[in-house]
Amino acid sequence: MAVSVQHEDFDLAAETAALSAGRSDIGAIATFLGLVRGDGGLVAMSLEHYPAMTEKALAGIVAQAEARWPLQAVRVIHRVGRLLPGERIVFVGVASSHRAAAFEACAFIMDYLKTRAPFWKKEETPEGARWVDARDSDEAALARWA
Amino acid sequence: MSVKILYFASLRETLGCAEETLESLPAGVTTAGGLREWLCARGGDWSALAPDKAVRAAVNQSLAQAASPLAEGDEIAFFPPVTGG
Repeated sequence: MAVSVQHEDFDLAAETAALSAGRSDIGAIATFLGLVRGDGGLVAMSLEHYPAMTEKALAGIVAQAEARWPLQAVRVIHRVGRLLPGERIVFVGVASSHRAAAFEACAFIMDYLKTRAPFWKKEETPEGARWVDARDSDEAALARWA
Repeated sequence: MSVKILYFASLRETLGCAEETLESLPAGVTTAGGLREWLCARGGDWSALAPDKAVRAAVNQSLAQAASPLAEGDEIAFFPPVTGG
């Protein structure tokens, strides 16, 4: 399964190794790991999602990347629920013959995930809870893939 | 046939509603944008769906536009711009 949405943490080394396990035609693996940043006294981050849509949306983004670059393997893991500062939130791993495709596809998947996959972050701070606002810069990041 | 409407994140909290089912599409409502206008017309907290508010929609679990057509049996979701990753 290329896409997982789960509360549980994941094993970074095992997920990265699995991208090329049992094959010798892969020359490059690019990975992205997103963490909960503990800015401004953040106590925890809660991630809500739209269960019926989330995996479908992520699979659609992966399919777009696979149509655009020659990729041998793709893995996307996004955690949901309550996470603490420093915890892992998201993993994207992409395997290809050459590094350009791996780097670009990894960035493409993250840019689309940020703006098209139905996740919402809520911050818990000592002053109370607040929903994180979407950033215009995330939407603008898509322009480079047009 | 009925239509199911889901609300997420800050919109769900503002409306005090996560999910509702209409027995059928309201008369004259044929698009996602039309349904949004119909819901907004309920007034009060439902003005969170007003045209000047940043609200996204999905029809049958795919992102939709205001002009996206609706049919009986659809699942429609409204939510704020996403903030995952």
